[in-house]
Amino acid sequence: MPGADKETDLSERIESFLSELKRCGSGAGSLRGSAETARETTALLRRITAQARWGNAGELMEIIRKEGRRMTAAQPSETTVGNMIRRVLKIIREEYARSRGSSEETDQQESLHKLLTSGGSSEDNFRQHFTHLKANVIEAINELLTELEGTTDNISMQALEHIHSNEVIMTIGRSRTVEAFLKDAARKRKFHVIVAECAPFCQGHEMATSLCKEDIETTVIPDAAIFAVMSRVNKVIIGTQTVLANGGLRAVNGTHTLALAAKHHSTPLIVCAPMFKLSPQVPDTPYNHTKLKSVDTILYIHILSKVNAHCPVFDYVPPELITLFISNIGGNAPSYIYRLMSELYHPEDHEL
Amino acid sequence: NITDSDPDGRLTVTDKDVKLQEIALAKNEGKELTKEEKQRLRKEKKQHKKNKKDDKGPPEKEKEKEKASVPAPSKPATQSPAHKAAPAPVHASESAAAAEKPAKSKAELRAERRARQDSERTSKQGKKEGGQQSASSKPKATPNELQPVVKRLPEHVQVDDPAALKKLAKKLERQQVPLRSDYGYKVSLFSHLHQYSRKSPPTLQISIPATVIHPSIVRLGLQYSQGIIAGSNARSVALLHTFKQVIQDYSTPPNEELSRDLVNKLSPYISFLSQCRPLSASMGNAIKYIKKEISNIPSQCKEEEAKGKLQACIDSYINEKIILASEAISKYAIEKISDGDVILVYGCSSLVNHILCKAFEKQRKFRVIVVDSRPRLEGREALRRLVKKGIRCTYVLISALSYILPEVSKVFLGAHALLANGYVMSRVGTSQIALVAKAYNVPVLVCCETYKFCERVQTDSFVSNELDDPDDLIVTRNGKSHLENWQTVKSLGLLNLVYDVTPPDFVDLVITDLGMIPCTSVPVVLRVKNVDQ
Repeated sequence: MPGADKETDLSERIESFLSELKRCGSGAGSLRGSAETARETTALLRRITAQARWGNAGELMEIIRKEGRRMTAAQPSETTVGNMIRRVLKIIREEYARSRGSSEETDQQESLHKLLTSGGSSEDNFRQHFTHLKANVIEAINELLTELEGTTDNISMQALEHIHSNEVIMTIGRSRTVEAFLKDAARKRKFHVIVAECAPFCQGHEMATSLCKEDIETTVIPDAAIFAVMSRVNKVIIGTQTVLANGGLRAVNGTHTLALAAKHHSTPLIVCAPMFKLSPQVPDTPYNHTKLKSVDTILYIHILSKVNAHCPVFDYVPPELITLFISNIGGNAPSYIYRLMSELYHPEDHEL
Repeated sequence: NITDSDPDGRLTVTDKDVKLQEIALAKNEGKELTKEEKQRLRKEKKQHKKNKKDDKGPPEKEKEKEKASVPAPSKPATQSPAHKAAPAPVHASESAAAAEKPAKSKAELRAERRARQDSERTSKQGKKEGGQQSASSKPKATPNELQPVVKRLPEHVQVDDPAALKKLAKKLERQQVPLRSDYGYKVSLFSHLHQYSRKSPPTLQISIPATVIHPSIVRLGLQYSQGIIAGSNARSVALLHTFKQVIQDYSTPPNEELSRDLVNKLSPYISFLSQCRPLSASMGNAIKYIKKEISNIPSQCKEEEAKGKLQACIDSYINEKIILASEAISKYAIEKISDGDVILVYGCSSLVNHILCKAFEKQRKFRVIVVDSRPRLEGREALRRLVKKGIRCTYVLISALSYILPEVSKVFLGAHALLANGYVMSRVGTSQIALVAKAYNVPVLVCCETYKFCERVQTDSFVSNELDDPDDLIVTRNGKSHLENWQTVKSLGLLNLVYDVTPPDFVDLVITDLGMIPCTSVPVVLRVKNVDQ
């Protein structure tokens, strides 16, 4: 039966995606950028919408939520997966609301009055069946995909507004977004980049060689020298793994030190992050935001058995240390992030 | 002895070439220039100067002095190097206009000094004081006057000045010490510092057996340059032991006084060691002490007695300033360690390790977190020592500092030197640890012996630092080393700093053998020490 084939094909794809995610997390597979993950997640969700069996919006949302929970469980630190799922859920809600003809659901939290009078959730409203809902949702997801493809370009287009000539810019580790940002600015301006290598994986080395290909003057420094050279740095531009709901960051380890050093010297800290990295999580305790990689990357000696070694992967950076977020929709202060989030995600989807 | 002079003021001296040939010959034969040869060379040079002075009038003399003074306007240069530098073609006449006024007053001082020296020289036969030039000497400041200290800028921070480099090359040539060349592309911010490669040690150019430089000094220099002996205390102690050996093997040549000749003998050794690796502040203080002790030997003292005295002095210096000081510091520091503490240490400081071991022996219950950083990874050595004692340890890299700091109750740091404005000069990364500890409100205690206090002042880590071998940053991960061919890539530079300075507002307490003082009391201690001496 064609329907069953489609279903098995779909579940196969989902399974392979899940195993990809798991492998990436353990470091065995190739390291993917967040943008790729976001695109693949969205494509997979589009496929689910197209091929899975559902009758009304509520069922579709249930299916997506279920698959979404499995995906986030496979790789909890890869938050873009969860973010894309929430975006799609919001799209479904919007399309549903548009099909129904009502436009009041768009801004749930517009005013306190609405908050009090809107009352309970409108879940039971999603039972209605609309014939064109599937096509509309798929079209909206396609729009989302185009948006995703253009994020890096949109961010790098803003580079010349922020970088002037003869600047010394500092960055840490490797971020494809920052790389594109700096390369775009280097086409017109001459400046100097200092890259902190970010032990123990030393992704900074790759970043430096890649920047040198565009003839950008680059210097690689070890992590210990971050504060020592900070006095000569004009701007710090970093990428991040996740932007949290309070405007803080979950970024590669060493970023918090970098942010503190920048604050001490009053150097602006600019974060280049596309919108799909924005996640509704909040930092409850710093410990929840780290993932300990296997420690044999830092210690190879025989006394490993008598010693505790820690190798966290991520750092939490509080929003007070950040000056500016540059995303594909423009520049924002960290205090505005909560608002952007309310536009992207529906509050009921914060918990999948 | 014909001196020609070109119309534009440059001197071409024919027998200067002869002199160079002789030096080259002597070096090739591997023997030291005999005292007579050196004297003869010096006399000839002075003769040139006198002839030149007679031929040309005072304007020429001033122009010379300007040329000599322009490369290092802040140097109270001793006499003979100034004389020797003058005959060399110095094309500084363009800047003569700007340097006119200060040069004139310097010229007067120089004339006075030269007159005084000439008279001294005629009174003593066959003795040369001009050769006495120490690598790290500063004019002794009498404690009761606030002298305007005209300090000589150390050579190792003037690498971007070609005149200073030339001067150094001449000095090393005279001392028959090989000159080490810089390696690799230097980051522009640090073009005033040397950057050497570990793969080309300075001993490559020394003939074997080395007769100019004592073999144990050669060995010590190699140990420094390869990083086998590292750490402020270790280097100072090794230096002092080697000097003991040198003094043991020393024999006064006839017609010489031990107190003067031995200091002269030590100068090329010190130049060689600073070519291997720039001297640390503690080493500088130790050398000053030794030189003072040597020059205080009374002239009627017999050689064996003098040698014994000097060796006893060195032993007592090591004992007092290093060993007993660390005992005193441990005693103070142990008062600050309480049960249940979680102590953070960075890298491998012999003093801090000693403190922790002592505290553990005194049955304090604490655990230690060792923070380490690339590329030196000295923390592993500290970890090894602490684990051997039985202390519970945790190990992290410096990028994990924000992760681990909420658990920490105190931070103990070692220091390489304490500067007179209260800044702490220590291994690179120390200031970072102090910064983050301050952000988390964790007290930072610095442990430092008083012999590491120095009179320099510095506010950032750029003006005076040490650049280590840049190839150390290359690492292989996942089978790939991205920086392997960094030399071929045009715009890539690797920066491997060794030291950085920590501002005093990050440091809560400094524990020294004189007690527990705040960071800003360092000049007080220096003053007290000067009064004692």
